[in-house]
Amino acid sequence: MQKLSFIIKRLFKAVVVLLAIVVLNFFLIRAAPGDPAQVMAGEAGAADAKFIEQLQEKFGLNKPLHEQLAIYVGGIVTFDLGYSYRQEQPVAKLIMDRLPATLLLTGTAFFISIALGLLFGAIAASRVGTLADTAVTSLALLFYATPLFWVALMSILLFSVVLGWLPAYGMVTVGANLTGFAYVLDVAEHLVLPALTLGLFFMAIYTRLTRSSMLEVADMDFVKTARAKGVHPARITRVHVLRNAVLPVITLAGIQAGQIVGGAVLTETVFAWPGIGRLMYDALFQRDYNLLLGIFFVSSAMVLLFNLITDVVYTFVDPRIELK
Amino acid sequence: MRPATKDFWKRFLGNRGALIGLFILISVVLMAIFAPLIYPKDPWAMVQRPFLPPLDAQGFWFGTDTLGRDIGAGLVYGAQVSLLVGVVSTVVALAIGVTLGAVAGYYGGLVDDALMRFTEFFQTIPNFALAIVLVAILQPSTESVIIAIGVVSWPPVARLVRGEFLSLRSREFVQAARVVGQSNGQIIFGQVLPNTLSPIIVMASLMVATAILLESALSFLGLGDPNTMSWGYMIGAARTVIRQAWWMSVFPGVAILLTVLALNLVGEGLNDALNPRLARKGR
Repeated sequence: MQKLSFIIKRLFKAVVVLLAIVVLNFFLIRAAPGDPAQVMAGEAGAADAKFIEQLQEKFGLNKPLHEQLAIYVGGIVTFDLGYSYRQEQPVAKLIMDRLPATLLLTGTAFFISIALGLLFGAIAASRVGTLADTAVTSLALLFYATPLFWVALMSILLFSVVLGWLPAYGMVTVGANLTGFAYVLDVAEHLVLPALTLGLFFMAIYTRLTRSSMLEVADMDFVKTARAKGVHPARITRVHVLRNAVLPVITLAGIQAGQIVGGAVLTETVFAWPGIGRLMYDALFQRDYNLLLGIFFVSSAMVLLFNLITDVVYTFVDPRIELK
Repeated sequence: MRPATKDFWKRFLGNRGALIGLFILISVVLMAIFAPLIYPKDPWAMVQRPFLPPLDAQGFWFGTDTLGRDIGAGLVYGAQVSLLVGVVSTVVALAIGVTLGAVAGYYGGLVDDALMRFTEFFQTIPNFALAIVLVAILQPSTESVIIAIGVVSWPPVARLVRGEFLSLRSREFVQAARVVGQSNGQIIFGQVLPNTLSPIIVMASLMVATAILLESALSFLGLGDPNTMSWGYMIGAARTVIRQAWWMSVFPGVAILLTVLALNLVGEGLNDALNPRLARKGR
């Protein structure tokens, strides 16, 4: 019951944040050089006068600012994200078509980064000062400093061009028309490189955090007690230390969710992954501001969803958590 | 030298990672400063045949790109952009973050609540996506890139400064300053802020590194200033010809990697040297 009200409160907060983003978008359109209708239509001059007139009509652009804001917010609330003049389709539909691919990619990367980060962090922490520890910490430091898009390019160069192990572009093999299990396998093969490169940077962060957090917990009194009682060292690491050290990692992962979604723009661009990140890149090129802001809105919503999930997971992992 | 300063240098220079980082960083800075001497020609100028592999011709160690421009010149001039954007955008982020954090932590109560909600909001929205939208709306230029990176990077600073202020504001030296009749502004900037400098310095050095990564990612997407040669732009331009010319994307990437790594190493060294007790606890 307490958990439920906690989750409802978090949901409410997420909705407030989403509304704030809509307001931010509204003002961003007006911060762009040129008339808001022109901005929403895309590249100036590309849109015909009639479409501009329609936009002015629809968004009440000759009314006072607060009424314009009300109309804009009202539109988004009913999930009308506007129309992409360039692609000749509603923005909401364009995004919805691409969303599953992005969810698959970011979800996999999110999971990989946490799982591997915890694993490598735990390996390093339980062997402090050894070669394994040095190797893990140095690699983490290196990945932490590497530009995401460059790792993506280099992995294409190595694994696709030189070694020929994995496909370099897209989500499915073009023209193969696979179905059933073969299709799943095909997508999985295309997913490996993008998900790994996207997850790598974050894995480095979680590895470092897990290591330092485990070392901190290992110094605490209850661990010393367990050791004095003669509990097996492996069990101490697994049950006493890791379980407590995992909490800051989950907290940070929740905060970092936004970064992963942002990073998807880069990985999807490099790997031609058909998600909203790639769509954002296309929108950028065509100066399709309406689409751009729509994607910004939806990716923020995705981040809030990831945050919500980590919050819920947190309440289950840590029974001590104060639900407020 | 004051004993504390001497201690700091002893600890910092005793850290091998920090020394390596400092050495790389100084090399990059020198390269940026003396770029016009190293490569007198414009990095945009065609100087050799296109797609010249590295070491193939005298004086072209890094090869040339699709238009016969020298990759080496691009690397050297790119250092200018990366360092400039990295440092200035960090200053912007510090200005926003320190002000908001100080006000929130010093006054507490409702002001703190409101400012922290505001900070959380900015921390929730996807950082990079917001930066893209900002640069696209403001039109790509060095200024807009700096503004965008500054706007997305300040929340951690605000949280850090707020925390420090919360713990310092009830200390005796602050009460003393109040009794003497110093104004709130004087207390914030003259009394409390100087005591929070060391964690801010550490965070700032790490922020420059993140800012350089962000700048390179924006230029990679074609959102950099169209008139400046930057590492990210070079990699973006090399993307489509990666099968023919690996060197076009490999070298600028290594340049970014080394610079960011150096800044991270220096930042960690500063952290260990400025907060020796904390550092020892962490290992």
